[in-house]
Amino acid sequence: MAGGAIAASAPASIEARGWGWRHGGRRVHAVSGLDLRVEPGERVLLLGASGAGKSTLLHGLAGVLGGDDEGESLGELMVDGRPASAARGRSGLVLQDPDSQIVMARVGDDVAFGLENLGVPADEIWSRVGAALDAVGLAMPLDHSTAALSGGQRQRLALAGVLAMRPGLILLDEPTANLDPEGVYEVRDAVARVADETGATLVVIEHRVSVWLPIIDRVVVLGHGGVIADGRPDEVLVGHAAPLRAAGVWLPSDVPWHAHPSRARDIQPLMTAHRLDIARVPGVPVQRGIDLRVDSGSITAITGPNGAGKSTLALTMAGLLRPEGGRLDPGAPMAGARGNEPWRWRSRDLLTRIGTVFQHPEHQFLTGSVLAELEVGPRALKMSPAERSERIEPLLASLRLEALTAANPFTLSGGEKRRLSVATVLATRPRMLVLDEPTFGQDANTWRELARLIAGLRDEGVGVVAVTHDETFIDAVADSRFVLAVGGTAAMRDVPASDRSHGGGGSA
Amino acid sequence: MSIATVRSDLPLATINPVAKVAATIPLSIGLVLTLDPVSAGVAILCELIVFTAVGLGPLLWSPRTLPVWIAAPLTGVSMVLYGQPSGTTYWQFGLIEVSEGSIAIGLATMARVIAIALPAVVLFLTIDPTDFADGLAQTLRLPARFVLGALAALRLVGSSIDDWRTLALARRARGVADLGFIRRSLGQAFALLVLAIRRGGTLATAMESRGFGAPVERTWARTATFGAREWRVIAVGCLVAAVSVSAAILTGSWNLVWA
Repeated sequence: MAGGAIAASAPASIEARGWGWRHGGRRVHAVSGLDLRVEPGERVLLLGASGAGKSTLLHGLAGVLGGDDEGESLGELMVDGRPASAARGRSGLVLQDPDSQIVMARVGDDVAFGLENLGVPADEIWSRVGAALDAVGLAMPLDHSTAALSGGQRQRLALAGVLAMRPGLILLDEPTANLDPEGVYEVRDAVARVADETGATLVVIEHRVSVWLPIIDRVVVLGHGGVIADGRPDEVLVGHAAPLRAAGVWLPSDVPWHAHPSRARDIQPLMTAHRLDIARVPGVPVQRGIDLRVDSGSITAITGPNGAGKSTLALTMAGLLRPEGGRLDPGAPMAGARGNEPWRWRSRDLLTRIGTVFQHPEHQFLTGSVLAELEVGPRALKMSPAERSERIEPLLASLRLEALTAANPFTLSGGEKRRLSVATVLATRPRMLVLDEPTFGQDANTWRELARLIAGLRDEGVGVVAVTHDETFIDAVADSRFVLAVGGTAAMRDVPASDRSHGGGGSA
Repeated sequence: MSIATVRSDLPLATINPVAKVAATIPLSIGLVLTLDPVSAGVAILCELIVFTAVGLGPLLWSPRTLPVWIAAPLTGVSMVLYGQPSGTTYWQFGLIEVSEGSIAIGLATMARVIAIALPAVVLFLTIDPTDFADGLAQTLRLPARFVLGALAALRLVGSSIDDWRTLALARRARGVADLGFIRRSLGQAFALLVLAIRRGGTLATAMESRGFGAPVERTWARTATFGAREWRVIAVGCLVAAVSVSAAILTGSWNLVWA
């Protein structure tokens, strides 16, 4: 019986006594002076500002922080009364990135991986693999390719891999931050089912509290000096709302922010697609016959399921991918570049015309410091040092990057990386802005800043195209929505929650 | 990316990959020792017969073996142009001298490349990387840590290909893609390396959290067997090598490269 096969392990307790950790090469402790006790079977949501050491604690509990050569440990961190680093196999960890935690090519082999490492006899492995896949709701052949899974399925596979090891403690480090809404609930429900069946102790880090609230029974808030709040979810969320909000936590009580209608005047078409065929890889079109117009002073959201070609459409509109067919006509404000086909424009000509913010900021970082990163575009436009700093100073201030000018872009937090990637694009003042999942994995603070910034740019006459799964974001800022469906139908419609509509596109 | 998956219904797909690799070794040694058209020609003939007989004919003529059919004549041509001249000279231009002898060497080289590369490519197309890792670790007893580490790294190849494409687009978007091809590629390669290291780090953490490297005797969910079928595959490999070498010796064309 599946349930019986995975329920055989006793839930684990956690105890931290004055625990701290300093990563090798850093001067400041990631965590210090932490005192915390979690009873067996408790389900804890771990909150706190970025940099408060939530992930470090989870990695410590999973025993993967490494030895003395990788950092310095203080105090004690115990799982079931034994040092966490020696309790490997008692805990299982699921990480944020769905793409980098799959080990094997086939679903069954991937779940079996941990069992092999723990020395479970081969004849027992496969029954445990089957039970774990059942428990997370992945009903597929054991030889199904892991590369063919969606993000939500990958995260459930990672959970199954952990579950098969029968841990007494399940640790989830933002397991749904990189998923579309469907994937978020898929994974949340699988976690709830698993927690019910096994009774295992659960510790989850997530910014989106409302998603996890139904399945947790305790909230712990970490600050730089240890635990700053601890208790029943309703008590903590109400009693400590202000510091939590400051830490970027999405509180269920928060009223969603809405932009005012566009104040832009003199609306002109910036880019018009006629019967456009799009392809990420030349010769393999993902959508055909798209009609879409991007106007100045308006925000168009491109939505649709995974695999429908949303990013491909955005990157084609941005002049980065060559259309497979049809026409893409730049409007009058785009004049001055060589020729009429955006994908043939010089890279430099794009800077003042179309700015693109990629889904993963790491893809667009080119230099070793925040300041140099911001100067890339202005330098390519041959601006003088005075002009450059005139452009960059206000951006640093408005996107809260002033204190980070010397930092390496790759070492920034997720929110800082996103803010920097937006700032680098704005430094050359493009007339059209293309954003690919700008709010993915962002905390509430960065989310609000981005929404305000984008609405402000729209008011100044910038035309914005945003690929997004984030319905709250669409409600807050979008003027119109362009829906792509898998298999090639597309439709334009206005955002229902508002009457901010003004023809964002040509198709019916 | 389908880089790590192999259709499991292919003939020989279930044979231990270690046996398949081992089967190609005797012929390779034989053909490296001599430079003559007979041994390689006979070997190619045997390979075509054997692969067709076991049902790998379609793979043999599929586009995936095309690199072999393209690379082999190219090596042959370079030997014709620059090989040790002997006999009648047909054409000369600077360092290039096409002679009776260099044409013979060219033909022999081309046949040799086909005879060695063709079975390697065809057999490799039937090898699933996971099975290969199982074979290396269980049959050959290579250290599991390295074998499985390399296997897991294969998961990242697909992501790296996507990364490369996106990096190119991102550079164009940031206004720096007007540089020369070489400078651009170098910068992009460095960025790819940074991304790969980060992904690798995450994967390593995920593997470690699932007990990889734990001080416990590892078990294997998939047992790599090495039985009669594997020995038969190796025997066929030895037989092809023996037939080719014998044919060369009997026809008097056996020609040790250092002789």
